[in-house]
Amino acid sequence: MARIIGGYFTSHVPGIGLAIAKGLKQDAYWRPFFDGLVPVQNWLNEKKPDVAIVFYNDHGLNFFLDTMPLFAVGAADVYHNDDEGWGLPVQQSFQGHPKLSWHIIECLVEDEFDVATCQKMKVDHAVVVPFQLAYPDAASWPVKIIPIAINTVQHPLPSAKRCLALGRAVRKALETWGGDEKIVVMGTGGLSHQLEGERAGFINKDYDLFCLDNLGPHPEALTQHSPVEIVELSGSQGVEILNWIAARGALGLANPLQKHRNYHIPISNTAAATLLLEPAA
Amino acid sequence: MAQAALGRPDRKVIPGTPVFDGTQAIKGYALNAMCYSFNDPANREAFKADPEGYMKKYGLNDEQTTAVKSLNVLAMLRAGGNVYYLAKLAGIYKLNVQDLGAQQTGKSLEEFKAMLLAYGAN
Repeated sequence: MARIIGGYFTSHVPGIGLAIAKGLKQDAYWRPFFDGLVPVQNWLNEKKPDVAIVFYNDHGLNFFLDTMPLFAVGAADVYHNDDEGWGLPVQQSFQGHPKLSWHIIECLVEDEFDVATCQKMKVDHAVVVPFQLAYPDAASWPVKIIPIAINTVQHPLPSAKRCLALGRAVRKALETWGGDEKIVVMGTGGLSHQLEGERAGFINKDYDLFCLDNLGPHPEALTQHSPVEIVELSGSQGVEILNWIAARGALGLANPLQKHRNYHIPISNTAAATLLLEPAA
Repeated sequence: MAQAALGRPDRKVIPGTPVFDGTQAIKGYALNAMCYSFNDPANREAFKADPEGYMKKYGLNDEQTTAVKSLNVLAMLRAGGNVYYLAKLAGIYKLNVQDLGAQQTGKSLEEFKAMLLAYGAN
């Protein structure tokens, strides 16, 4: 049986990718964030997962408003990154694991998650940046990926409760998979930030710390708010916490072990965080 | 930005925080479709060469065309723009999200950055 060996959560701000491209990782502004990734890099080097299941949101690279699925599961052989329009260097492609993707899809639909399935799917900075952070300078990514996109672009968004249940259903699917892969789950985005409107630049440290404190031991606490309430608490893009909540669901019901946590304000317009959890034994 | 008339009538209004919902998605479709096309560098060049013609090709209405010509982000949002797609238009003008934040909040770029740093200071 495949095993979930941990959950890696991080902000995915495009500015991180630009800072890497410009060689600014040790710049005073960026260092408190980049240094927070070192324990994650060491953990991945030690544990060597084979597959990453990545809960993220697309920002208009793969999906347009003509067809906007609430949950979309990648089922491709290969996932390419591409030009997003504002100068982020295009990164190397990812290998997929279509057989495991289809197993997850079968199980999710049986569990009444009516997901969209994508045999072609470009992945944007929300997938790429967390890998650049996790595997700096990797010539090729050492894991296969299964991207699961959650709509955070166009309301109505799926509820936090539903996202948590989605993650739990993914875990259940892995329990019936015949392979013996080591799997890391990833939740990308957040924490509080807002790009648009007169309230642009909004950050809410209290809500972010509430999320970081409760995601591991009490994920239900994060499901008390509707998506619009999360927008109010966390900013329009702070709602990307939905990706973290889904990934947390895949770690199981028991309280996971917090291996590492970092929180830093600001990078770009964002309160940035990194978290590493290991499922309870 | 008044949102009370948009989307679900019972939806909470969050000051200064547009919620991009079905109403805005309908209103902004042409503008957002144009911005989505800017993933392709050839389309960015075509826009730069002839902004008016490019906007016409995508069927932007007068409100959207005026907002784009003046690079007024709040006006683009009111016209149905979605910030994830508008960011691609901003990229053509080498504007990043901090430039957009400064413009929308009526601050200088330095003031906007200082506001964000201040969040981290306490």
